[in-house]
Amino acid sequence: MHEDYINIILADDDEDDRLFFCDAFDELKITTRVKTFNDGVYLMDYLNAEDSVFPNILFLDLNMPRKSGLECLKEIKKNDKFKDIAIAIYSTSASEEDIEKTFIMGANIYIKKPNDFKTLKKVLEEVVTINWQYYTNGLNKDNFLLRL
Amino acid sequence: MFIISSKFTRQIFLMKLHLKFDFNAICRKVLDEKLLEHNIKHKIIGFGEVKLLEKLSADRLESFSNDLKEYSIEIVENQKSILVQKIKDTITDMVFNNETATNLKASAYLSDTLGHSYGYLSNLFSEVTYTSIENFIIIQKIEYTKQLIINENLNLTEIAFKLNYSSVAHLSTQFKNTTGITPSAFQRIITKRRELN
Repeated sequence: MHEDYINIILADDDEDDRLFFCDAFDELKITTRVKTFNDGVYLMDYLNAEDSVFPNILFLDLNMPRKSGLECLKEIKKNDKFKDIAIAIYSTSASEEDIEKTFIMGANIYIKKPNDFKTLKKVLEEVVTINWQYYTNGLNKDNFLLRL
Repeated sequence: MFIISSKFTRQIFLMKLHLKFDFNAICRKVLDEKLLEHNIKHKIIGFGEVKLLEKLSADRLESFSNDLKEYSIEIVENQKSILVQKIKDTITDMVFNNETATNLKASAYLSDTLGHSYGYLSNLFSEVTYTSIENFIIIQKIEYTKQLIINENLNLTEIAFKLNYSSVAHLSTQFKNTTGITPSAFQRIITKRRELN
C-alpha cells in the first residue's frame, strides 16, 4: 500500500538552484512531486495552512531572506505535527560546524549543493532512495543521518 | 410527493417496489463515508481505486480494512509487494536475530526460505523497492549498528564481531559510505541531540 509518488518540497531563494533541482527530479526513476518556495516565510505559511500536503522530504537552503533555513528547522522541530517529515539541509556551505549543528538540531540529511547537474541527480536519487527505505521499512527515524 | 391517507396504507404495504441500482455510485458512497468515518484524507479516482492523501499507519489501515469487510469490500494487495515484504522480513530477521549469518550466505538463505531462485527475488526486489537486496542488507546492518552504538553502548570492535564483519575497519568504512558520517560523529550528534531535548 505505497503511494506511487514522493512529495518533495524545496525552499531556496536562488532561482537557478530551484530550476536545477526540479529538472533533476524529473529525470529520476522514482516519481516525485516537487514544490518550491522562494523563502522560509512562504514555506512556513504553506506548511501551517490547514489543507497543506506535507512533503516526505523537505529540502532547506540555509541562507534565505526573511526566514533562514535554520529558523524553519527550529520551528518544524518544535511542532509535533511535522514529525514525519525528513529534513534535508541543502546548502553551499560545507563547514563541519554547520553540518554538525543542523544534525543536532534535528536535520536528517545534509547535502552540499553539487556543482554539476550529474552529481546533483545522483545525490538526490540517493537521498530519495534511502529516505524511502526509512519510510517503507519502519526504520527508526531518530537515527536517520545522512551526509552527502 | 405522496400524501398517504390511512385508507391506503394497507395497500401500500402490499405493493412491490422495483429498484434500480447504480453499483458504481453505491460503492463510491460507501467508500466515501467509510473513509470520512476513519478520517482518512482521500480521493476516489475511479472504480476500485482510492488515492490516499496521507500516510496511514498499519493499525489504521487494518481497522479501515476490517470495516470494509462488512460490505464485502476487500483491499487487494499486490502479490509482488507481499513477496518483497517477505524478503525484507527475512533479511531483517537475519541481521537482527541470527547474528552468524553473513552476506555470502544471504542469497542461499533467502532462496531456501522463500522457495524462489535468488535471481528472481533479486530482480523483483530491485523493481519494487528502488534498491538491491545487497544494499538493503547493508542498510539494515548499519541500522543495527546505530542501535547498538546508541542503546547498548557497544564499541565498534564489539559490534563488528557481533555482526560478523571481517574487521572493524570494514564496518567503519561501510558505515561512513552508507551514512556519510563516521560512527563516532554519529554517536556525538545523537548524544548532543538528546541532551538538547
